[in-house]
Amino acid sequence: MKIGTPKETATGENRVAMTPDSALQLQKLGHDCVIEAGAGAAAGFSDQLYKDAGVEVVKTGAALFKAADIVAKVRPPSETEVKRLREGQTLISFFYPGSNEKLMGLAADKGATVIAMDMVPRISRAQKMDALSSMANIAGYRAVIEAGNNFGRFFTGQVTAAGKVPPAKVLVVGAGVAGLAAIGTATSLGAITYAFDVRPEVAEQVESMGAEFVFLDFEEEQQDGAATGGYAAVSSPEFAAAQLAKFRELAPEMDIVITTALIPNREAPELWTEDMVKAMKPGSVIVDLAAERGGNCKLTVMDEKIVTDNGVTIIGYTDFPSRMAAQSSTLYATNIRHMMTDLTPEKDGVVNHNMEDDVIRGATIAHAKEVTFPPPPPKVQAIAAQKKEPVKEKTPEEIRAEEVAAFKAQTKNQVILLGVGALLVLSVGLVAPASFMQHFIVFVLSVFIGFQVIWNVAHSLHTPLMAVTNAISSIIILGALIQIGSSSALITILAAAGVFMASVNIFGGFLVTRRMLAMFQKS
Amino acid sequence: MDFGFTIAAYAVAAVLFILSLGGLSGQESAKRAVWYGIAGMAIAVVATMVGPGQGLWGASIVLIALGAAVGYQLATRVQMTQMPELVAIMHSLVGLAAVFVGFNADIMINAVAGIYEANSLVLGAVGPDGYTAIGLPKEINDGLSSFGQLIAKKSNVEINILKIELVLGIWIGAVTFTGSVIAYGKLAGKVDTSAKQLPGGHLLNAGAALGSVLLAALYLGDAGSWTLVLLTLLALFIGYHLIMGIGGADMPVVVSMLNSYSGWAAAAIGFSLGNDLLIVVGALVGSSGAILSYIMCKAMNRSFISVILGGFGGASGPAMEVEGEQVAIDADGVATALNEADSVIIIPGYGMAVAQAQQSVSELVRKLRAKGKTVRFAIHPVAGRLPGHMNVLLAEAKVPYDIVMEMDEINDDFPDTDVAIVIGSNDIVNPAAQEDPNSPIAGMPVLECWKAKQVFVSKRGQGTGYSGIENPLFYKENTRMFYGDAKASLDTLLPKID
Repeated sequence: MKIGTPKETATGENRVAMTPDSALQLQKLGHDCVIEAGAGAAAGFSDQLYKDAGVEVVKTGAALFKAADIVAKVRPPSETEVKRLREGQTLISFFYPGSNEKLMGLAADKGATVIAMDMVPRISRAQKMDALSSMANIAGYRAVIEAGNNFGRFFTGQVTAAGKVPPAKVLVVGAGVAGLAAIGTATSLGAITYAFDVRPEVAEQVESMGAEFVFLDFEEEQQDGAATGGYAAVSSPEFAAAQLAKFRELAPEMDIVITTALIPNREAPELWTEDMVKAMKPGSVIVDLAAERGGNCKLTVMDEKIVTDNGVTIIGYTDFPSRMAAQSSTLYATNIRHMMTDLTPEKDGVVNHNMEDDVIRGATIAHAKEVTFPPPPPKVQAIAAQKKEPVKEKTPEEIRAEEVAAFKAQTKNQVILLGVGALLVLSVGLVAPASFMQHFIVFVLSVFIGFQVIWNVAHSLHTPLMAVTNAISSIIILGALIQIGSSSALITILAAAGVFMASVNIFGGFLVTRRMLAMFQKS
Repeated sequence: MDFGFTIAAYAVAAVLFILSLGGLSGQESAKRAVWYGIAGMAIAVVATMVGPGQGLWGASIVLIALGAAVGYQLATRVQMTQMPELVAIMHSLVGLAAVFVGFNADIMINAVAGIYEANSLVLGAVGPDGYTAIGLPKEINDGLSSFGQLIAKKSNVEINILKIELVLGIWIGAVTFTGSVIAYGKLAGKVDTSAKQLPGGHLLNAGAALGSVLLAALYLGDAGSWTLVLLTLLALFIGYHLIMGIGGADMPVVVSMLNSYSGWAAAAIGFSLGNDLLIVVGALVGSSGAILSYIMCKAMNRSFISVILGGFGGASGPAMEVEGEQVAIDADGVATALNEADSVIIIPGYGMAVAQAQQSVSELVRKLRAKGKTVRFAIHPVAGRLPGHMNVLLAEAKVPYDIVMEMDEINDDFPDTDVAIVIGSNDIVNPAAQEDPNSPIAGMPVLECWKAKQVFVSKRGQGTGYSGIENPLFYKENTRMFYGDAKASLDTLLPKID
């Protein structure tokens, strides 16, 4: 199959869905690659680099749509692009089918298959193609960098000869992928970082990134995050009130606020109200990552940076990943490449669009002239289920009962073993003469002693044990010594050989054991 | 053998041997225990030499001295990493000695029978009471060696039992001999370590075993010594073929199994010679080896039978697909993580032994501990090619034994550990054993190192482990692959730890 990537048509979009590296990987799957001239230029990948990687470069977008069997791009397609699709062709891109129904219907009518990268289910197996996460990660990082760019002070606290610098205080609202990335970036720059999320179970993740989790004094039955695919659900009015009260309390202290709160298929909730902005110190910065959906702060203007009357900067950019096009293209191209790996299980360049597969089914929104959105719930349940009920502590009675049962089982085993053993010994005794039985009893007792003794040998001493038993098994030398004095020459020779070999063993075995044991030292 | 002093000395020796095995329950008492064993052996040998019927004093002493010289050379020259080979090759000596002694017994029986015939009597004929042997006239009897006398006074039934015993002794001894030689070859890398069998596989073994039983029956039916020779050849073949068919990963079980066999061979010979000390020691060694094999099998979650039948059986279904990529890391990355970590667990495996990296590991541990970090070792029961192999190597490198932990002691601590370092082990840290019911090693207890915050795997290349099973650990998100020879990697790492 031929995979093609057109130049992004949206203004300001610098990303590209295929990099020279990912093209090489795609070729390993048996596919051919084609790219529109200049598609990677904004992300720092020249046409020459693509050519070197064995990618065919075509002049126009129209030519590319004609040449490629599979079109991979970043932004949702424009109407022109959808009209260029033909039957049997596959489009892979972000699509946001919930708000793009018209285009989705059009694509389905055309008979094209559309895989929406934003619809990849959030299950462990699909993490490698979860483009939303990889883009959110970049957005979180970039949000802190943009904030720092507009913030007039250090992040880290310093005591210098020129005076003391207090550390910046950063509040991150919403600890999703972007939030966590922002926390990590802010803490590594040295800021004191606080984070809030409506899902208390992420407190652990927040703390693992080095931030302090802001807890509310509020009791509410929390919904299992797993049920909503790891996203937050809408919270109750009482909860929202408690949350706002907490933010109001924090607002005057915070230098930088980064809001990332989004609820799937809804307007972004208002979390940072006007009065909180007013309460903030001049020079503070707010980065609203939810700007595309109306913003967590109502003062945010989408795609713009504004400064309020009291000197607070509010950044409403929506193109953070695009601002780091080289990085985000690399990650996005890798996500696409993983998607193609799943689509070509045989690595022979033949796409097997398996609608039984949870991941492929979930991401496909148009297939075989039909709209296949929304997908059925995935068969495999999603991530991070809430903690299960703790294992019940056993009562003393139960423990006692278990002990008794174990003891009984042990007794039973022992009695059976003894019975069988006794029977065997008795049956030997029935046929064997007395002179044999004298030795036999020695044998049985020795085996018994051996079993008793060896169980106590320390695990770490198993090698010395083998060396010692090896040395003492050369006790067979006694047999050879007894026989060596025989009148028959053959016997003498064989016995002599036996004596020699056994004594090699005796000395070798004991010496090696001594050497080994001498090495065991206590600290 | 009716000499009271010898018997008394044997009793003392037997007690000393038991003490010497019992003393191995702790590192400190073990040092004393070896001396018990040495004393026991010395008492036994001296008592036998001064005992009745011993001849050729001079020759015996010279032979023992020669053996001592060879043994000394072997024991002092051997590298600790070659310990498995040494143990294996020494087992073969015991096996061969048992075969020789067994054959001697057969020759002696024939000789005594000849003497009976010459005096127109029949060996084993019984007197009027029905079970006491008539025996030889006293003057002829006194002319025999002590072993000859022992045989001469046996009744028919006793002679037959004697023959059963020596057949057993020879058979087990011969299997031990070739088996140990092959095990040595595999461990020393002189024989291909993968499971290989002649066409016919276990049918051949079964056939040879059946043949052995038939020949043993013929031998008991007085068919002559040729049956015994043939039986020995069959046993040698079984030993060879059986061990050839067992893969390298199962070697710990094989070595301890051969250890057990050498004991049983000694015990069987003890029966035929009527020597209680041989029986006692043989039984001790035999049961010790059997327990070791059991422990090893349990550690690998495999039944003894399946180890003997060789190789890993076919999976019961398609193995779980491994997803993700192996992500490499360089020494700087590992050093940074180690410098930041508070707790570190090191999991050594056979690869460490191969690369002779134990000294570098020890140096690393010393540096980390000097910085106040908690460093421990996690040892899987089947790490290496011999039970306890890793402990010995680490002890050689002067790693204090109180930071070397067993699997059960340390497995719960991984979630609280910052860094786990896997050095040259593979199957014993394979999460597939727990996660993939179709994996050939499903259910085998493994070290759960993937639960640590970060895992570094020092490994030569991307290949699979000894058992040829893909290891999902290498693909986990918190795993980084530190490629290269273990020793070279650690040596580049060491200067970077500060």
